[in-house]
Amino acid sequence: MNTPTKISIRDLSKCFDGAALNALEHIDLDIPANEFVTFVGASGCGKSTLLRTIGGLEVQTAGELRVDDRAVTGPGIDRAMVFQHYSLYPWMTVMENIKFCRQLAAHTRDRTSSDVEAASGRADALLRLMGLSAVADAWPNQLSGGMQQRVAIARALMGKPEIVLMDEPFGALDAQTREVMHDLIRYVHKLEKATIVFVTHDVEEAIYLGSRVVLMAPRPGRIDTIYEVPFGDQRTQDLKHAPEFVRLKREILERIRETSGMKTDLEQLQRLSGAQVTTDTDTTTA
Amino acid sequence: MTQPLASSATVALQSERTPGLNLTARARPYMRPAEPTAPKTSRRPSNLWQVRAPISRRAYWVLAFTGLITPLVLWAMFAAWGGMDPTFLPAPLQVLEKTWFWATENDLLGDMGISIYRVVSGFMLSAVIALPLGLLIGSYRSVQALLEPLTDFVRYMPAVAFIPLVMIWVGIDESAKISIIFIGTFFQMVLMVAEDVRRVPAAQVEAAQTMGANRRELIEKVIFPSAKPALLDTLRITMGWAWTYLVVAELVAANSGLGYAILRAQRFLQTDTIFAGIIVIGLIGLITDQLFRWGHRRAFPWLYLKG
Repeated sequence: MNTPTKISIRDLSKCFDGAALNALEHIDLDIPANEFVTFVGASGCGKSTLLRTIGGLEVQTAGELRVDDRAVTGPGIDRAMVFQHYSLYPWMTVMENIKFCRQLAAHTRDRTSSDVEAASGRADALLRLMGLSAVADAWPNQLSGGMQQRVAIARALMGKPEIVLMDEPFGALDAQTREVMHDLIRYVHKLEKATIVFVTHDVEEAIYLGSRVVLMAPRPGRIDTIYEVPFGDQRTQDLKHAPEFVRLKREILERIRETSGMKTDLEQLQRLSGAQVTTDTDTTTA
Repeated sequence: MTQPLASSATVALQSERTPGLNLTARARPYMRPAEPTAPKTSRRPSNLWQVRAPISRRAYWVLAFTGLITPLVLWAMFAAWGGMDPTFLPAPLQVLEKTWFWATENDLLGDMGISIYRVVSGFMLSAVIALPLGLLIGSYRSVQALLEPLTDFVRYMPAVAFIPLVMIWVGIDESAKISIIFIGTFFQMVLMVAEDVRRVPAAQVEAAQTMGANRRELIEKVIFPSAKPALLDTLRITMGWAWTYLVVAELVAANSGLGYAILRAQRFLQTDTIFAGIIVIGLIGLITDQLFRWGHRRAFPWLYLKG
């Protein structure tokens, strides 16, 4: 594998005003082009902050962040971002939302009319790909949460970004819808050849989607472990029940618990109740 | 179909309760219990007293009508009882007669016209300045830091106290009355507009940023359109406040207008005219409010989708 590095993070730290600990401390990571990398970690580990820094929405306190070997100075059309919710424009129809970037100078500068045609073709194609053709003229708040996220993803893809940054995009969806979205986003990744950086609190989701899972730890926010996911490109929902998958999931979950300090809370609880609580800690994350 | 199903369901239930070490989960097709489940006759308590529960359209109108008519009936009864000097509390009919007289002999329409002109002018003037200013305060932290504390400070000053200054600075003609209404509404309006703008979800703004929107596009294509429904509501509410400053504004060397008529009536103890003036102002306010609401529904249909 000799893919060029797309995103290069060197000794990056971030401290919010008035915070005692760094939100991010000494982050070093290279993300190759076309990779699907996922980030997990206990809350407060800075995974979202790191994603937002790559997106140019936050500025690092120290260190270097380069995309295509150019230092990141702010948001750019090469890096689209998908948020957990509330990012659609309720006054626009689904189609208008998807085509929103066509209203912006950054996307229409120095373009010919054939580009405009190509763009409307792309909007139609995205609409079909996401299964939204029937609701093209609906308003976002007429759609279910899953459909709304499809629109948000289509809108992000519309400008042909080379990098798609996803901040818990399926966090508010129900489990069934999430499974459908997983296969959809994997398909989109193959089709669009974009680099996807995906933040989630769902370990199963992280393993199923990513070729690498980056585990971050809180206080201060840092990279703890990077897991290579050994399942190749052909994945189906059945994989989630394969022994290796379950083993990896357990390993990551245990590590998250160790880094989050949740263990002490359980001991406290045992002391409080005075009873012998023989809880098997191997449960899924909430 | 009922009997056999009933018995098998009972058997299933019993076998489930049997203690055993068989830990394999078993899926069993659900069978509806066959007891004649008559539709529940016990009525649910009506929605009228359920917190946040919807009520029928008819119930709404009946209640709204009751709410409006009850004070009127009480007033009429109280006046008819006669224990109170009609100089202090005129009867509803007396007020109606007075209103009619005012309309036919004393140019009520003219008074309404000039008052509406003053209120609307003062209101429009403050809207024209408050909207862009509030948009900037809500969009830029720097503008917020520069102007919001000042606005907060001035907002607490009573508009009435500005009357002498206004008279000195802008004179005693129409512009004085408009100025008072402006002072009364503008500072509140700026802060409310800024708040509406700040309530635009961060994700909407940031999504546009990552799609390459520049600052101007952010404000024109995202923040303003997103805040528009809230802004129209703010205008509706501040319009009400503009009306409350009418009487104060017409303290200043006025010789026409609803507020002036009320003030003059006070001097001659014509309580029926005071009542008439207050009710006319109330009715104008009610109509304006409904117009704003109607406009809101027309302009932002996606907020009023059924289901």
